[in-house]
Amino acid sequence: MAAIKPKHQRLVLLVIALAALLAAALLAMWALRSQASYFYVPSEIVADPPEADRAVRLGGMVETGSIETEADGVTMRFVVGDGTARVPVRFSGIAPSLFVEGSGVVAEGKLASDGTFIADNLLAKHDENYVPRELQDMNEHQVSQVVAETQ
Amino acid sequence: MIAEFGLAALWLAAALAALQLLAGVLALTGRGEALAGIVRPVAVMQGLLALAAFFALILLFIGTDLSVKLVAMNSHSAKPFIYKLAGSWGNHEGSMLLWVTVMGLAGAFVAFVERRLPEPTMLATLAGQAFVSIGFYAFLLMSSNPFERLDPAAPEGNGLNPLLQDIGLAFHPPTLYLGYVGLSVAFSFAIGALITRQVGPAFAKAMRPWVLGAWIFLTLGIAAGSYWAYYELGWGGWWFWDPVENASLMPWLAATALLHSCGVLAARNALRAWTVMLGVVAFSMSMVGTFLVRSGILTSVHAFAVDPERGSFILALLAINIGGALTLFALRAGTVTEGKRFAVVSREGALVVNNVMLSAILGIVLFGTLYPLVAEAMGAKVSVGPPYFNPMGAIFLVPMLLVLMVGPLLRWRRDSFSRVGKRLILPAVLAVLAAGVLAGWSGIGVLPFIGIVLAAGLAIASLLPLRERNFRRTPLSVWGMVAAHFGVAVALFGMASESAFSVEKLVAVRAGEATEVGPWQVKLVNVEPVAGPNWTALEGVLSASYQGGDETRIRPQARSFWTPPQQTTESALLTRWNGQLYVVLGGEADDGRWQLRLWWKPFVTLIWYGGILIALGGLLALIGRVASDVRRIVAREKIADRRESQGR
Repeated sequence: MAAIKPKHQRLVLLVIALAALLAAALLAMWALRSQASYFYVPSEIVADPPEADRAVRLGGMVETGSIETEADGVTMRFVVGDGTARVPVRFSGIAPSLFVEGSGVVAEGKLASDGTFIADNLLAKHDENYVPRELQDMNEHQVSQVVAETQ
Repeated sequence: MIAEFGLAALWLAAALAALQLLAGVLALTGRGEALAGIVRPVAVMQGLLALAAFFALILLFIGTDLSVKLVAMNSHSAKPFIYKLAGSWGNHEGSMLLWVTVMGLAGAFVAFVERRLPEPTMLATLAGQAFVSIGFYAFLLMSSNPFERLDPAAPEGNGLNPLLQDIGLAFHPPTLYLGYVGLSVAFSFAIGALITRQVGPAFAKAMRPWVLGAWIFLTLGIAAGSYWAYYELGWGGWWFWDPVENASLMPWLAATALLHSCGVLAARNALRAWTVMLGVVAFSMSMVGTFLVRSGILTSVHAFAVDPERGSFILALLAINIGGALTLFALRAGTVTEGKRFAVVSREGALVVNNVMLSAILGIVLFGTLYPLVAEAMGAKVSVGPPYFNPMGAIFLVPMLLVLMVGPLLRWRRDSFSRVGKRLILPAVLAVLAAGVLAGWSGIGVLPFIGIVLAAGLAIASLLPLRERNFRRTPLSVWGMVAAHFGVAVALFGMASESAFSVEKLVAVRAGEATEVGPWQVKLVNVEPVAGPNWTALEGVLSASYQGGDETRIRPQARSFWTPPQQTTESALLTRWNGQLYVVLGGEADDGRWQLRLWWKPFVTLIWYGGILIALGGLLALIGRVASDVRRIVAREKIADRRESQGR
């Protein structure tokens, strides 16, 4: 390891620090573009499905009468719709207590090649004050429409 | 009456902060030297008044005074006492009052005890502290008044979010705030040193105990918050890269870097401008975190009230404080002369690596946290999670930990690897051994693998600074360093082990049926209804036995609170020395079976024990530093006394 000319040490340190931070920033940008998980509503998934292995989130209304539990007692299937499109969802796990038919849900997971959304996690409304952000917006634009069509 | 008293105390404290700023500025600019004497007492009074206001709020909550809007919105007469108490800071207004209280008390403490710095620098520091405080007092009084009356009084309160009704969480905010806001002292010291151009070892030595103190609380607060998320959310994870968690991690990263660069500045008079910069950055990150959490742009259990006015107010505060500090830094950085030089291979060199890597990780976390907000402004809804944070953080964490093994062994100024190389053989052998053992295990991810190998090496390497030392003569600060670095290895091993060896099982069973998870046999005995003071619950009674040994009863619950109506899962934990069994009770399937989610998490508790060790290391270092400072001051006074008596 060659000794750095002591005269310029401050400059060299500055350059090294800036280079490392720049590298961090560039890496971060690159990784963010490839790793950020995008939010979809059913019509978007149907129109332009995400790549099969990509983590995404799906938000919409749980269709009335669509929840079915499989024989193992912990896997369930249901359909999430937004009034124009419907996406079948499979979820293994303990559903949040406010996960019910006819209410909003955000599912985190991946779209399988057969068009089923495999959810790792479900986010439902906690109560009036704690609504997943995406559902909050949906309440304004879409819920009334969705409810009108399902009734 | 109590509410009015609290409000009056708050207004008075704000006025005193303004006086503190004014007197400090006048005294510094030479237009009122007489005022210099009042700055310290005013700072102490201001802190005490803020504390009085905070006590007033606590009294209101304990007495459930429903004529106060905040109490009516967030408390309930049937709530257990401890949550009435904790409820006073479990809401937006109360937590901001806690913020200014901590800030006022930190300033008061500095004003009361700090005597090492030249008086002008102290005046500038206390004026800086007052300047930042005024902004937060204004925020509290104008848009978040905690003492607002409700007329007529509410018949009953709304209750506290049940997720927050937890003993761990009752003390998590005060602990975290002591750290978060304690960093404001470092910020003010940096401002003071920039204003009077007194950046040097004395400044670093004066600032270091304050940074250490704040950092200890921050470390404990983060560890407690992580453990809360682990057992209360019932998701089995201990860190979710939630923006709120990141908001506490970012100041911690900056403060950790600051702590180490302070060491360089104090011992070797190098990294001068950089240390000042970190002092500014650390508290700036606290404020950025507060903005993220409190402005309502994030939805979380921490975003108490969505009020655009508040968001804009905090954003304005942020811009003024951070912008002002950075402008001051830009103006003065050129006049901060270059510090002492050092070779690449030296203690300083290793600490530079530590600082650069911590800053890079800070950048990674900041980017990942802000990206969804930027993307949303441009119309795309994204979330950023572990697939981004874990590998990106590791890229910079791994080199930092490698240097951490060597750094404490290096000499200041100049050293060579050949001198320390031999001492590193043992850690290297252990790391290779760990790698060999793990290679036989199938299905371990890359990151957990690296984590365990590094943890093994670091555990030994971190103890090496004690070798060939007389233990009784080893300074406490060295013990502290060793404890903290060993704690890093312990926590890292816990994280990697949890990630590599956790076993998960999801089943639906009838009462009387058993299931297995890892080495555990777990039988569902029955499910029965139970009731608490403000909730009812379904409680699963399970008996668990480890490798066919004794059976232990565990009782996970699904709780329903009625004020406000909300459901929570209370996971059941069974802790052994080598890990935890984690059980969550789910819903009832149609055919009488109950959903159970079980995990066996080997060595998961080491994550938090490691965190405690790190904080303990900080505490030892703090005691050591303060004690040696006190000894020095006493010695100096003795010499002065002797001179005086000889002179006579």
